Amino acid sequence: MVRAADLGRTRGRDARLQRTLITPEGVALDVQVASASARAGALLIDLAALFGMYIAFILALVLTVWMFERANLPSIPDSIGGFLVVLFIIGTFLARNAYFLYFELGQRAATWGKRALGIRVAVRDGGRLTAEAVIARNLLRDIELFLPVMFMTSSGIQGSLSEFAAWAGLFWVGSFALFPLLNKDRLRCGDLIAGTWVVQAPKAQLAGLVATGVPENDLIAALPSDRYRFTEAELAVYGEYELQTLEQVLRTANAESMQAVAATICGKIGWTRPIGDERAFLEAYYTQLRARLERGMRFGRRRADKNS
Amino acid sequence: MSEAVLQSSGEQAVAAAVLRSDRFRLEREGDWQRLDAMVTAMEKGKLRKLSDDDVLALPVLYRNLLSSLSIARESSLDAGLIAYLESLTLRAYFMVYGTRTSLGGWCRSFFGGGLSRAVRAIWPDLLVALAAMVAGAVLGFFLVDADTDWYFRLVPAQFSDVRVPGASREALLSTLFGETDGDGLGVFAAYLFSNNAQVAIMAFALGFAFGVPSILLLVYNMVGLGAMVWLFASRGLAVEFIGWLSIHGTTELLAILLAGAAGLHIGRALGFPGQRSHMAALSQAGRTAAQVMAGVVVMLICAGLLEGFGRQLIQSTAIRYAIGYGILALWLAYFFAFRPRRS
Repeated sequence: MVRAADLGRTRGRDARLQRTLITPEGVALDVQVASASARAGALLIDLAALFGMYIAFILALVLTVWMFERANLPSIPDSIGGFLVVLFIIGTFLARNAYFLYFELGQRAATWGKRALGIRVAVRDGGRLTAEAVIARNLLRDIELFLPVMFMTSSGIQGSLSEFAAWAGLFWVGSFALFPLLNKDRLRCGDLIAGTWVVQAPKAQLAGLVATGVPENDLIAALPSDRYRFTEAELAVYGEYELQTLEQVLRTANAESMQAVAATICGKIGWTRPIGDERAFLEAYYTQLRARLERGMRFGRRRADKNS
Repeated sequence: MSEAVLQSSGEQAVAAAVLRSDRFRLEREGDWQRLDAMVTAMEKGKLRKLSDDDVLALPVLYRNLLSSLSIARESSLDAGLIAYLESLTLRAYFMVYGTRTSLGGWCRSFFGGGLSRAVRAIWPDLLVALAAMVAGAVLGFFLVDADTDWYFRLVPAQFSDVRVPGASREALLSTLFGETDGDGLGVFAAYLFSNNAQVAIMAFALGFAFGVPSILLLVYNMVGLGAMVWLFASRGLAVEFIGWLSIHGTTELLAILLAGAAGLHIGRALGFPGQRSHMAALSQAGRTAAQVMAGVVVMLICAGLLEGFGRQLIQSTAIRYAIGYGILALWLAYFFAFRPRRS
């Protein structure tokens, strides 16, 4: 059963991931925690982006060396060669840390992967997202993911990876990877430390008025504008849930479903069906029902649905 | 001209709207859409393209939007409208209460006092970590002193090439001085940096388990050092060895100390949250510890450079001591004596 207080708030989402965030002004806002699959997808995109940049970086280095040799310049002094290798090692370390820091400190608080999936980082208690929090959550990423993976690949290449170490590494990564699934807010260990969480970035367009009262064609325009007048008893059969379902139908403006809904309403209140004029009929019913329910609201009476 | 027409057509629409809640909406729609456009521009990072008027109007529009949302929830049954207001409010909220600093701005405040404050804030953990490291070094020294077989278990294989118990004084001396060719030092430094950074990050991250692994890691790191001190001391080279170590070791060991202390800080918050909830204590400790850790990474870059270049190029024990402890004094002064007023 839908509670009246829940009506008019965001509907049609996974209720288990729905949270309320209180702004410093004291207004409750609905936020949706990002699902585990969205988090995993965002991470994969970020890893792909990092890997791509890494490859580009290596290619640039190799190309520089090759150009040097091609141009028949005197062979690169060892000091410069060493400098390039230093650049490479420090670049690798900074790249994976700076990538996440730079993007999550931006206005959208989201890396490319998070942007692509429409999610962002936010602070759990509703305060300001600080640089310290972003650093904390990303330092832990190194432990959760990069260190064990790098350890395993490097010792795997050297051939010194024992079976036990491989399993231990897998267990390590696996337990951190599954951590978000074990708590209701889908928190990574880094989120726990930093006091952050990852939520859906909101996005909605302002749709037009539901019932504009603009006639569909000249034929209908010729009809008297007050041809549909409903009595209190005829309006009293429905509540807020039905009103908002009707709103959906009117916004979608599918002719077939409008006919079906008009037929249902007519059957319920004992009218004959307005063949060919369903939209005007539904708009009139919607407007009058909403006026009635909103009048009730102003007096503190709410009606969740037809059964209440 | 066109604006006037638009306004009058808007007024007609308001007048024509049957429902009171629709009139409410039509009267405020313009402000919402103005705020929407501003928030969209800010999300795209085009903050500078906003006019001064817009920037001044932002807080007012945001407050008005909040009150519009509250009124709409109590007086309107237009679900599409409320969903829009909810999402616009959330977006505006993220902008108004979003990150205020850029990466560059944060760096300025971080090096201009933030790092020092964070280090001072975890002083009890610093003492515990220091005690663990001293205990580790002493333990290593006396274990090997009692039985030289311990040496092979405590010192990583890469260091025990000629540096084994029973090695001659000359062989040991040659590991401290010599290798004067400058080739490849930079590479070595960068490698060491990457390596030490991982040890430090590990000591920090393992604080999660109530800090116990952090202490173990600190002790383990220092036991090998203690064992090597014993080895060189047994051939009367303790002063030279400590000089060789100090040039970068003071910075590096201080960094590892800070990292371990940061880990302990988190472990302590988890074990003894006090009046706060566990989650609140953890996130508060995590933010302080993260600042310390960012400083640790900077220190490790310095240590790697000192180790790669300084240790091999500077062959005088006196100068090694001077550099090593001079830098240590600088670090300590920066952390504990540098107290700029908060801006």
